[in-house]
Amino acid sequence: MEHPVYDLIIVGGGPAGLTAGLYARRSRLNTLLIEKLIPGGQVLTTDWVDNYPGFPEGISGFDLVEKMRRQTERFELPVINDEILSLSLQDPDKIIKGTQGTYTAKALIIASGAAHKKLGVPGEDLLGGKGVSYCATCDGPFFRDQEIAVVGGGDTAVQEALYLTRFAKKIYLIHRRDQLRATRILQEKALAHTAIQPVWNSMVESIQGTDQVEGVSIKNKDGSSGRTLSVEGVFILVGTLPNTEWLKPVVPLDPQGFIQTDPHMATPIPGIFAAGDVRQKLLRQISTAVGDGATAVFAAERYLEAL
Amino acid sequence: MGEKNITEVTDENFQTEILESSTPVLVDFWAVWCGPCKAIAPTVEELAVQFQGQVKIGKLNVDENPKTPGQYGIRAIPTLILFKNGTVVEQITGAVSKSTLETAIKKTL
Repeated sequence: MEHPVYDLIIVGGGPAGLTAGLYARRSRLNTLLIEKLIPGGQVLTTDWVDNYPGFPEGISGFDLVEKMRRQTERFELPVINDEILSLSLQDPDKIIKGTQGTYTAKALIIASGAAHKKLGVPGEDLLGGKGVSYCATCDGPFFRDQEIAVVGGGDTAVQEALYLTRFAKKIYLIHRRDQLRATRILQEKALAHTAIQPVWNSMVESIQGTDQVEGVSIKNKDGSSGRTLSVEGVFILVGTLPNTEWLKPVVPLDPQGFIQTDPHMATPIPGIFAAGDVRQKLLRQISTAVGDGATAVFAAERYLEAL
Repeated sequence: MGEKNITEVTDENFQTEILESSTPVLVDFWAVWCGPCKAIAPTVEELAVQFQGQVKIGKLNVDENPKTPGQYGIRAIPTLILFKNGTVVEQITGAVSKSTLETAIKKTL
């Protein structure tokens, strides 16, 4: 079968990719969205979203992204499940190779997002799924009435620590600095919560246990005193890594692996755009991802018209 | 959809359906409140069609069946466990890609 050449392929089905898909279909571009799992991205694991406008009571991450997906369905956005392995150029075509097939497009929007970062300490991999977790909404209920630790100090860590208070009786919030980085309203809630005990200026050295997590060893930032907190779970929420391995060496990446774009979401490669968490940007939120997606399509359309 | 190829696994039928199964079994431990579980569900259904007759695919709801996940020390979902002749061959946590699961299944065949 001759493979079609799409006007636009969007890689990634989080908020940036879904918004791009919506705009592209409304512009009648021959579009394909490729997603590794089901559309949603990191929002799928977000318990509650209070900072995305239009939902006065807030909305669960899952419901929000499901609404976004249904909206793209209304405009008949084709979605394929595949994991993309590599990108190559055959000017002006972009060839995208996945595990199930090869896809060709004149323009590409990279919205492949980011995944949770690991701590990289002993015990972390060994005890993955056995008390070490990166998803509070997935695994929180397994820690009913237990003592756990949350590592991190940003929005995700603090919000998820608050969520985990529904289950755990005590939560050590381990942060390497002496104050949290999260939005003020989240900080205030967390610090006022009786079940959350902040552990300041501390780094995790290792996670203890053989079949199950038994504790987490921490040391002071200056290396002075070390101690072990007795916990049954460790939630690691220390930021994200961009999903950009597949773009090497075609698209230039910054030292952290993020994609640098101009204000129109264009990468240095003509016809390749990026949107959402995968971009080098100041604030990675649903609200900023959505704007990126819309802009990227508008820029891609201009590019296609000029071809 | 491969719905009909998927066995509903419970604490009650775990022994007969999984441990005494004549073919290898992949069990997806999931819950309704888990986003990544929903993310991986279509992949599990595709595998059920792809490996029909070779591998049994089951789903166990951890809320309704707390005993079995406890026995296997499961504290994260989705967890997918591959059983062969009643023993655990591989245990995979998180919403992994289809190719990861295919590779694991093919190793047991």
